[in-house]
Amino acid sequence: MSALDPREELAQRLGLTSVPPVRFDSPAAVQKLLAENDYLSDEAIASVIYLADRLAKPVLVEGPAGTGKTALARAVAESIGARLIRLQCYEGLDESKALYEWNYRKQLLRIQAGRPEGARSEEWHDLEDDIFAEEFMLARPLLEAISASDPVVLLIDEVDRVELETEALMLEILSEYQVSIPELGTVRARQIPMVFLTSNNTRELSEALKRRCLYLYVGYPTVERERDIILSRVPGISSALAEQIARVVRSLRSLDLKKAPSVSETLDWARTLVVLGRDEIGDEDVTATLHILLKYQSDIARASKELLARSRPVA
Amino acid sequence: MLNLLGEFIGELRVAGIPVSMSEHIDAARAVEVIDLSSRSLLKVTLAATLVKDGDHLAAFNTAFDVFFAVRSWESADELLGDEVRAGSDREGAPGTGAAGPGRARGGGTTSLSAQELSERLFRALMSGEMEALRAGASEAVSRYAGMEAGRPVGGTYYLYRTLRSLDIEALEQRLVEGTVRANADELAERIARDDARARIAQLKAEIEREIRERLVEDRGSQALAKSVRKPLPEDLDVMHANREEMAQLERALRPLSRKLAVRLARKRRRRRRGPVDLRHTVRRSLSTGGVPLDLRFKPPRPAKPEIFVIADVSGSVASFARFTLHLVHAISSQFSKVRSFVFVDGLDEVTRLFDGVEDPADAVARINAEADVIAFDGHSDYGRALTTFHDLYAKDLTKRSTVLILGDARNNYHQAHAELLADLRYRAKAVYWLNPEPTSYWNSGDSIVNLYAPYCDRVIECRTLRQLEAFVGELA
Repeated sequence: MSALDPREELAQRLGLTSVPPVRFDSPAAVQKLLAENDYLSDEAIASVIYLADRLAKPVLVEGPAGTGKTALARAVAESIGARLIRLQCYEGLDESKALYEWNYRKQLLRIQAGRPEGARSEEWHDLEDDIFAEEFMLARPLLEAISASDPVVLLIDEVDRVELETEALMLEILSEYQVSIPELGTVRARQIPMVFLTSNNTRELSEALKRRCLYLYVGYPTVERERDIILSRVPGISSALAEQIARVVRSLRSLDLKKAPSVSETLDWARTLVVLGRDEIGDEDVTATLHILLKYQSDIARASKELLARSRPVA
Repeated sequence: MLNLLGEFIGELRVAGIPVSMSEHIDAARAVEVIDLSSRSLLKVTLAATLVKDGDHLAAFNTAFDVFFAVRSWESADELLGDEVRAGSDREGAPGTGAAGPGRARGGGTTSLSAQELSERLFRALMSGEMEALRAGASEAVSRYAGMEAGRPVGGTYYLYRTLRSLDIEALEQRLVEGTVRANADELAERIARDDARARIAQLKAEIEREIRERLVEDRGSQALAKSVRKPLPEDLDVMHANREEMAQLERALRPLSRKLAVRLARKRRRRRRGPVDLRHTVRRSLSTGGVPLDLRFKPPRPAKPEIFVIADVSGSVASFARFTLHLVHAISSQFSKVRSFVFVDGLDEVTRLFDGVEDPADAVARINAEADVIAFDGHSDYGRALTTFHDLYAKDLTKRSTVLILGDARNNYHQAHAELLADLRYRAKAVYWLNPEPTSYWNSGDSIVNLYAPYCDRVIECRTLRQLEAFVGELA
């Protein structure tokens, strides 16, 4: 096996003068850096980030809503001191919103301004070269990330919301780190940006897209990790309470609910309990504050029936 | 390592996980840049490069445990070949990493009494120490599983035996009592119970892993992989699913129907463009100096089909009918109307159960209790059901209605009344028959599919969620 290191190979293809240095030394280093930026990762998350950097591949992050997929990209950007460029996907997103657009108003202006009075001698050829220059282009997030010279992290958020056709726009960037513009030629990346895609799994992504990415599934955290997350994000909470909160939330998630409580909702709940000055969770507290964790009336009813069943019939 | 990786990927493909060539290359490259002495890192690496669907992770984990058993990690050096030996500083690591289970195996013949073992496991569970738990699990397997060399089994039997001898329920009960204080409220008790259950599940997983590893030692990875391979949820045979698989199917159904609905809604919107919307086009042209560069179209209005679902809900095919009803109603926005009927030997309309219900699963759960489907002896009678349907509802069928019949056509030797189906076919746009039995069983015994088939547009074998989803997607 004498294959080229993936980063070297990519650098060569992009025509970079030197291979950009690796950002992380080991998965453990990733975990430490992320922790310094208030993101508690686990081994899987840290390892995939390490691999993504080492192999220069994008990461597709999938999992239930509110498990910190977007926060992960943000934390990575902060930890390597990069600018985060975010493309929020939605139905109907197209090339002109994701990649680039010609600023035709400015082009029109240029054509009209460039016509000297009387003389109609301006060569069409020059004009054409002129108005299809970078000056007349509006860079949208994808192109911006590719052409940036400072370190960037590109986040393509909720990629499952775009149509299949739009997904194809991203393929060139994901595998080659370049964008082809018919009038201009190919814009190659000047560095190797880290790329994150997140998906809530509302539809199957195309094979082509998945093949180009490393896959990371971020599920709900374990009780221990959730407790640590609460401890690090909620000031002034006791570790006993955090542990108890994490356990209640796990029990809730094991119920068959429409929308299980997410990590961010858990944090909201923890903050509420701290504000209320509780050291311990009792039945009444749960009944009173359950709506912070659960957003459907039927879920709340089911949860109080399952979790607090005995207290009712007796009363 | 490359050979092993190749074999492993072969196994993943057989298990139904699609692994492309380029993913194989990625995995090979990724393996080169990581510290191979860590088993868990290797696992994450392979998962990230090879598995691109969260639902496939369970199948991946099973295969990984078989191919890269903790135990064989001791001999990792020879397994991995030159790559590891090249980095001399890593030499020591595999030994230390595997020392825990190694020790445990050595201690497999200690003279602990049954009580001591149980006590030790209890303490390990309470403290949550993985190392101690692993040792305990190993001990329990040596003592109770009674494993015999060379038997071609997947280990479920050994697991069952070990768990029974350990008296796992009593252990769980003790855990609950150990954590709950006296006069704790309901919530605390429930949480303690969930906690105990999670710990016991951990112990079970540990025991299962231990059994697998011993089986790998006995028979080799590939042979075992074959015995423990589990189909992916979407490939499970609905009619022969056991309870655990059924729960898996239920879980898989909701995201599946949601995805299908999204896909269909998109397809409908994009399918064909309507006529040019002049007003909108002129409005857009203002920004280009009155030149209509950008044509705008009116949204299309494709006709939505009307669906009549007639489902056999007798014992043998009930679960299949439930899944289909769930799926059809989950995407009911794609149809102009959905009416559902269930039958055994009597027929009843259950559309009302789905009215105003947010989650079709709730309605499906109520069918059994509320639908009046048994008229006579509770054995499926397709002829009778067809007669009732024809008498009461045939007048509602129009050229826009599609009739779906779900069932195995096992008529218990009653009269077929296929001529009624012919009439329904004449009135409706199409009649489809979904049969949850494999094609080779059709027309054997009391199955009379061939009597009905001439009057159906298609008779489709529909045994798995994947087939069901494909069919329903085509329908809308």
